[in-house]
Amino acid sequence: MTFLPKSQRFLIVVMAAAGFLTALNPAAAAFKDDVSALAGKSFKAKIEAIEKIAASGDERTVPVLDALLKGNLYARNADGKVVLTEKKGAVYVLFDPLTGKEVGQEAKGKIEKIRVNNRLRGIIQGALGGLTLFSNDAQQRAKAADAVFKSRPAAMIPILEKALKRETDAAVRTRMELALAATRLVSSKDTPLRLAAIKTLSTDATTEVRALLGSFAASSTEAPVQHAAKKALSDIEERLAFWNAVGNVFQGVSLGSVLLLAAVGLAITFGVMGVINMAHGELVMLGAYTTFVVQELFRAYMPGAFDYSLFVAVPAAFLVVGAFGIAIERGIIRFLYGRPLETLLATWGVSLFLQQLVRSIFGPTNREVGNPSWMSGYIEATGGLVLTYNRIYIIIFSLMVIGLLALLLQKTSFGLKMRAVTQNRRMAGSMGIRTGRIDALTFGLGSGIAGVAGVALSQIDNVSPNLGQSYIIDSFMVVVFGGVGNLWGVLVGAFSLGLVNKFLEPVAGAVLAKIFVLVAIILFIQKRPRGLFALKGRAVEN
Amino acid sequence: MAPSRPHLPGISFVLADRGGLVLLAVLAASAVLVPALNMLVSPESAMHVPTYMVSLLGKYLTFALLALSVDLIWGYCGILSLGHGAFFALGGYAMGMHMMRQIGERSVYGNPLLPDFMVFLNWKELPWYWHGFDSFAFAAVMVVAVPGVLAFVFGWFAFRSRVTGVYLSIITQAMTFALMLAFFRNDMGFGGNNGLTDFKDLLGFNLQSDGMRASLFAASALALALSYAACRFIVSSRLGRVLVAVRDAESRTRFLGYRVENYKLFVFVVSAMLAGVAGALYVPQVGIINPSEFTPANSIEIVIWVAVGGRGRLYGAVLGAILINYAKSYFTGALPEIWLFILGGMFIATTLFLPRGIVGSIPALIFPKWKPRLTGAAE
Repeated sequence: MTFLPKSQRFLIVVMAAAGFLTALNPAAAAFKDDVSALAGKSFKAKIEAIEKIAASGDERTVPVLDALLKGNLYARNADGKVVLTEKKGAVYVLFDPLTGKEVGQEAKGKIEKIRVNNRLRGIIQGALGGLTLFSNDAQQRAKAADAVFKSRPAAMIPILEKALKRETDAAVRTRMELALAATRLVSSKDTPLRLAAIKTLSTDATTEVRALLGSFAASSTEAPVQHAAKKALSDIEERLAFWNAVGNVFQGVSLGSVLLLAAVGLAITFGVMGVINMAHGELVMLGAYTTFVVQELFRAYMPGAFDYSLFVAVPAAFLVVGAFGIAIERGIIRFLYGRPLETLLATWGVSLFLQQLVRSIFGPTNREVGNPSWMSGYIEATGGLVLTYNRIYIIIFSLMVIGLLALLLQKTSFGLKMRAVTQNRRMAGSMGIRTGRIDALTFGLGSGIAGVAGVALSQIDNVSPNLGQSYIIDSFMVVVFGGVGNLWGVLVGAFSLGLVNKFLEPVAGAVLAKIFVLVAIILFIQKRPRGLFALKGRAVEN
Repeated sequence: MAPSRPHLPGISFVLADRGGLVLLAVLAASAVLVPALNMLVSPESAMHVPTYMVSLLGKYLTFALLALSVDLIWGYCGILSLGHGAFFALGGYAMGMHMMRQIGERSVYGNPLLPDFMVFLNWKELPWYWHGFDSFAFAAVMVVAVPGVLAFVFGWFAFRSRVTGVYLSIITQAMTFALMLAFFRNDMGFGGNNGLTDFKDLLGFNLQSDGMRASLFAASALALALSYAACRFIVSSRLGRVLVAVRDAESRTRFLGYRVENYKLFVFVVSAMLAGVAGALYVPQVGIINPSEFTPANSIEIVIWVAVGGRGRLYGAVLGAILINYAKSYFTGALPEIWLFILGGMFIATTLFLPRGIVGSIPALIFPKWKPRLTGAAE
């Protein structure tokens, strides 16, 4: 067992020196009496002493109360003197709490610990909290306010009021106000003051506030106050339910954006070209590894610009993975057009190949991909709702990707040719479109987007050779659900699956929710075998 | 069958199939020889087959049976199931549950009724779906009934709604994925992540004993031979020809007045039951069944056994399963890092260069005049 930290012991010595200079001061004499009073048997007397010590404003207060709280404050059997102790082997070294000087050593049997109970602990914590309410460190002040909130000693009211007047930090202020309201609620007898306190408390929704209001409403005998507490409580519950729903929506949209990113490349290769690309997940994985390589280069050559590495990683992943895609199309898939099941098997082979390739080059373990500083952190909304920046950016990014893709398909010459080849290959060929080249570029585009998705996923998922495997089934579900050959379908499919999943999760648990979604999709396909937004007309028959 | 062939009522479908006859002969020989070489020949002899090898070969035979079930639907009816591992695993779980119940008081916690993992989870009673599995006959029925019912329900919905081609493949994959997630849950009562293991005996015989292992091998060979004959019977019958017609031109077959979905449903259920039997024979030989058997990757691997061996020939599937699994055992032992390269390369090479698999392509390379004789063979 260690005693106070060194720095604090040093503090005692300095304080003791100051205390020595004011030895003749009547307040200092009172402090000495109060410390001695701690050794008494009666808890009531102890509480009185603690409150007096806390109110004394003496610099030696903190170490004494701290020692008392930690069980390091003893009374010497010989003369009843209160001492601070430090265990040294089998004996205890004793210090005078007033001067901080060593006053000898004693065996365990010769000193007796000053006992505290839970009530006392709460009071000490509150008192200590009050003392650090004036600390220079905002975090310390906030912690102190929370400590007061928990113990709620009536003596703290004036101290809190004083601290609130000086407080400039808005966040700390809120917490102090809560602490003040809580303390007033339990110790004040003044009805309007209590009603005001309930009003202040109802702005917060933490479990502690709810517990306080709940127990207060149960025990209070004063009708209007009790009623107000109950109402505040139900208001809080309502607000919580609302924020909970908002949180679910955010989680669902976030999952939807991930699914969208993973599936949108597949929507091109599967939806537009009719190629079942089982290696799609591995292309996503290659994108994530490209991010890793780009970040390593940044770390090695331009560590200062690390925050911008993702801006390089996105185009790099698009090009690298797009090139892989073109190679796969030219090398394998183009021989298998019109044989979707064979394509499925061959691309599965490609996926195994790529997995092992990455495992051989980068090793089987997770690689560290860093979040740039602008993507880490979070926004904390009321009601305990936390929105992390990386999730928010990924939602925006996924919408940007699908927007750009829609523009490309609708507004460019390449998009026009791509759609022409999809709809009628022979006719497009007759019009002078080089269909083979368009095939390769289309597949490259879909793969490149998979790579870009990999950059985004590297920010929220582990980058390992198995990364792609975890997304492949989900992305197929999105495409099949949304309808093949339709970007709009992918968008709706991804977000609805994400939302349904996240709203089921609190009810059924994560795994069951996923099973429900899978079963629902299987049943849905029975009803609409071509998905939510099916293509109509001749193209369907082929 | 060509009409010029001699008409032998009853078994003509077997005699017309030369590859199959070779297979049946090899199976019969190995069902006798392998156990004999294991148990009668002294361990010092070069001819001795060690016990682990008997179990390994037995495992290959169950995989061959599984591949056969996939070839029945894929090769002859064009249904590419990427979820057949699920039926295999369900059969395996049914057998595993029986063997769990047989452990009884010899388990670590010594509970006569509850398997260890239930005692560990503080369960007080046996879940209702575990009742009856103490009887071997009941378990044996469940081995085929559970995969059969699942296949019936799944196929009834899917074929009636005319979900075909890749869409069917993708939802079968979703099915096995959903089952995998479900079986990973401890609350399901199937041992969660760890699955079922620590089996002691089956029908009163110690699973570790040489005699039992040899018997399991012989049983696997027999099951494979019987299933092969049954599959050959199905595909040579009138029904088999309708299946091939469905594979090659589903809409046209429907327009001719056949209830395509009923044919598909029948063959899908039969195939699932065969897969269940394969799983039930697999589990006692490897001594464990866990949810990883449900992984979609496993199911896709089965398809490649069939593709490499030669789709639409039945014996091709058997050959493919045994060859690839032998290669897997060899490479994962000798050169583990290149096994996935080989497997992946095999997927690509087979689809590009050997679309008819080994039995469909290799003889044609060696004997340019040789032509596959079976009309049912996939082109």
